[in-house]
Amino acid sequence: MSKSSAAGFDWISIFIYLILICFGWANIYSASLGSNTGSYFDLSQPYGKQALFIGLSIFLIIIVLSVEAKFYQRFSSIIYIISLLSLAGLFVFGKTISGATSWYSFGAFGLQPSEFAKFATALALAKYLSDIQTNIRRLDHQIKAFIIIAVPALLIIPQPDPGSALVYAAFFFPLYREGLSGFYLVTGLSAVGVFIFTLIAGPLWVSAAVMAIGLLIFFRKRKKRPGRILITLFIIISIGLSFSVNYIFENVFEQRHRDRFNIVLGKEVDSRGIGYNTNQSEIAIGSGGWFGKGWTEGTQTKGHFVPEQHTDYIFSTVGEEWGFLGSAMVVILFVLLLLRLIVLAERQRNQFYRVYGYSVIGILFIHFLVNIGMVIGVFPTVGIPLPFFSYGGSGLWGFTILLFIFIKLDSDRLSY
Amino acid sequence: MRKVLLYITILTTGILFIGRLFYLQIVDTSLAIRSQDNAIKVIYDYPQRGYIYDRNGELMVSNQPSYDVMVIPRNLKPFDTTEFCNILNLSREDLEKKLDKARIYSPMLPSVVIPQLTKSEYAILQEKMRNYEGFYIQKRSLRDYQVDHSANVLGYIAEVNQKKVNENPYYISGDLIGRAGVESYYEELLRGVKGVKYIQKDRFNRDIGAYKEGIYDTLPEKGKDITITIDAALQEYGQQLMENKRGGIVALEPGSGEILALITAPTYDPAKLVGRQRSPNFTELYYDTIARPLYDRGLLAEYPPGSPFKTLNALIGLQEGIVDTDDKFSCNHGYTYGRGRKLGCHAHRSPLDMIPGIAQSCNAYFANVYRRIIEKYPTPQEGMDTWNAHLKSFGLGDFLGSDLETGRPGKIPNANYYNQIYNYPTYKWYATATISNAIGQGEVLMTPIQLANMAATIGNKGWYYTPHILKEVNGQPIKDEKFTEKNYTTVETRHFDPVVEGMHEVYKSGTASALRIPDIEIAGKTGTAENFTKIDGKRVQLTDHSIFVAFAPVDNPKIAIAVFVENGYWGGRYAGRIASLMIEKYIKGTITRTDMEDWILSHSLEDEYAKPLSGEPFRINQ
Repeated sequence: MSKSSAAGFDWISIFIYLILICFGWANIYSASLGSNTGSYFDLSQPYGKQALFIGLSIFLIIIVLSVEAKFYQRFSSIIYIISLLSLAGLFVFGKTISGATSWYSFGAFGLQPSEFAKFATALALAKYLSDIQTNIRRLDHQIKAFIIIAVPALLIIPQPDPGSALVYAAFFFPLYREGLSGFYLVTGLSAVGVFIFTLIAGPLWVSAAVMAIGLLIFFRKRKKRPGRILITLFIIISIGLSFSVNYIFENVFEQRHRDRFNIVLGKEVDSRGIGYNTNQSEIAIGSGGWFGKGWTEGTQTKGHFVPEQHTDYIFSTVGEEWGFLGSAMVVILFVLLLLRLIVLAERQRNQFYRVYGYSVIGILFIHFLVNIGMVIGVFPTVGIPLPFFSYGGSGLWGFTILLFIFIKLDSDRLSY
Repeated sequence: MRKVLLYITILTTGILFIGRLFYLQIVDTSLAIRSQDNAIKVIYDYPQRGYIYDRNGELMVSNQPSYDVMVIPRNLKPFDTTEFCNILNLSREDLEKKLDKARIYSPMLPSVVIPQLTKSEYAILQEKMRNYEGFYIQKRSLRDYQVDHSANVLGYIAEVNQKKVNENPYYISGDLIGRAGVESYYEELLRGVKGVKYIQKDRFNRDIGAYKEGIYDTLPEKGKDITITIDAALQEYGQQLMENKRGGIVALEPGSGEILALITAPTYDPAKLVGRQRSPNFTELYYDTIARPLYDRGLLAEYPPGSPFKTLNALIGLQEGIVDTDDKFSCNHGYTYGRGRKLGCHAHRSPLDMIPGIAQSCNAYFANVYRRIIEKYPTPQEGMDTWNAHLKSFGLGDFLGSDLETGRPGKIPNANYYNQIYNYPTYKWYATATISNAIGQGEVLMTPIQLANMAATIGNKGWYYTPHILKEVNGQPIKDEKFTEKNYTTVETRHFDPVVEGMHEVYKSGTASALRIPDIEIAGKTGTAENFTKIDGKRVQLTDHSIFVAFAPVDNPKIAIAVFVENGYWGGRYAGRIASLMIEKYIKGTITRTDMEDWILSHSLEDEYAKPLSGEPFRINQ
């Protein structure tokens, strides 16, 4: 430990973190206020509890930053295994809240292990990839890395909490950064693209488009001869997928999933049933105008028109009460934090540190993308929180630990 | 590439999100409107409309409460329709129809189901109201008329139309607004300001308290009580006298410009346009295109003024210095001009100077005066415009600028008008071409209120206050400079004396000598105006209109009056009698000449009005 003074911490990230936490709390206060005004720290109300959670987060930060950086690298496997056990333990000891068995209950408070599994998985992946033996370009190592990521996700899906499981797609970013072939990216994006466009336009149009693209690639890259077989395979698989989309959509998906897709794709307008959340959320945001209605003055927020507004839909309160300026500022703060973290990750010479950093960025980014995308109606409804903003102790602590381990690691980079 | 992929993805996402936010919050304003719709309920509290008093403090118009049954279709719960229909005396189909209509208008906004309940209906329904979720009773204030006359003065109130709702954000659909008369002109004084309460609702449409602790809520402000210049007793009397006749009476107080009476006949009882019968009654009045009870003849009817106009030519002649009170003009049953053309006149001694000229209403005398006015200047155009300017200073040929909802400008021709008619300069025109203007025929048109104002101006000897109908607001006299500053004519005061004397002579020895009232000296002028109608496309002359203009007493006028009776024959026959009765009523308070009163009350002109419609040949001026 050559340098552990306060000056070694990245104060830019910490500063943005603090702004987001405080602004988030202000919005939770407004969203859960109801018609009566009480003490800011009324522990029977979400805003009071969140204040307590924030206080405990500060305590957690101090602990995370006090522990030696090497500890995280050395004990990552153990942390990962404890995390998996805590997820598995839910099947026996878990408490069911709103249909999902995601909680351990301690009196009035609950802990959600899936929130902590994210940084545990990030540590484990970083540990594996930074191993001198590991070569991510090798298929067997790719599969091992995939298993590390998939196990917690598979434990989370049956809770059921597919939203939280989706977050594990974030680990693609560190893998790709460390050398995973771009083939996976192209394949994954193509599959998603084929899927969505088939839903919109039907398989015939998509097939035609895929063939056209295939021919284009074939003729343009003729000199390089990238493999006729590969392109033909791409066309055949794409068309096959396109024609099976209907089957998957109708038979694998549940009705609520289908509805969510249809609403975002504009195929169905239903402002009463499943579309209600998105519709109300858009109304709340849209009514904010340039400057918003002012803190605790949002009429939609006060009327509790947006369901889950203090948790997953907290951003709609920002939109209504702080207007375009406030909500754009939050987007900018997140972007700045993420870009800053990329800078931090890129300056790591230790591969463990860098992989962990990219995992943090990936996880925060997926949350940011899916949550705000859902609230402003450009992404299907997937229930995951907005980091540092949404109400909830486990989420806040999970994100805090996730971020501050990286800040600790970064402060330690000069020891290499 | 591996380093920048995430970088680009994050930046793109940020930009897309901000773009989407910009669209939702700035571009697409429909969302903000919907937010207001579903989160805030607005409740209005309607104030009492101001009362209307006459100049003597007699209450003319007050209010009565009225109850509308309203519905918000979205909030409806199943209810006992049989009981509901029984209370309101309604068939089930009617109810269904009304609810469907309300639903089509808006499921969230209130619609009227039953307007204007009776008190007994209200009493029964009030008790049961809690059983009918989705319905509520909106209290409004309707007019309660204490008088059965003056409908044309007071106007009425009715539901505001969509055009007004769009123009003026104060009004919402279903509000009542003044239409016609004082109710319309002084709408903003009378209506007060409605109170508003904003209620924050939650997603179950439950009230969860006042929006922003009620900082935007306001209390209703009662409408202001106004006192109008009308003398209710005189108005009522005038309306009685005008029964079975068509025409208008306008009486002014010359010293103040206040309108004492404004009568049109035929008219209607103002109470007809209140309550559930308002609509059919209004339709009936509106479609009576023969008697036209909604047409205010005192303000809107433009007639050739006839002989009373001669007084103005005398005044202009004196002011222009082209005639002296002693100048005599001969009359040989008329005035001959041009190539053998003649403006006829009745038999009287000749020659006459000014005072007997007015008293005898000699056409030849005024033809000479008029011709001298026009020919004083090198061109008839200059003469005509000088004449026009003098008349404009009497408030003629243009809107008076009074605080009445309707009015007409009348017409006073100018040089340009004749230039166009005669296609000047290709063809020239001279004073003789317009000679009919000398006797108030030809191209001159005036409304009864302009005639009354002319009489007031002559009585004041050279000035008038703009006629107005508002006297006090909440007991405070009006201060509007428009009505409290004198308008001076271009004719000097000294020139009025001989004209006033001439008009007094009309009453003492001239065409109105039969109208004398003990102890009251009147200056007046009779008028008889030819008029025509079209029957089967042919121009047919009808019995002359009867006109009388006067002010009294001569020395210190308290009342100036113009009476116009359609097809009443000569001036003294109907109009003169009615005017003299009105003057006596106003100044003395009682009528001494009951035989004259009986004659007027018992005579009807309905036969006269029926003639052109009968389809048979008829005789006029009998």
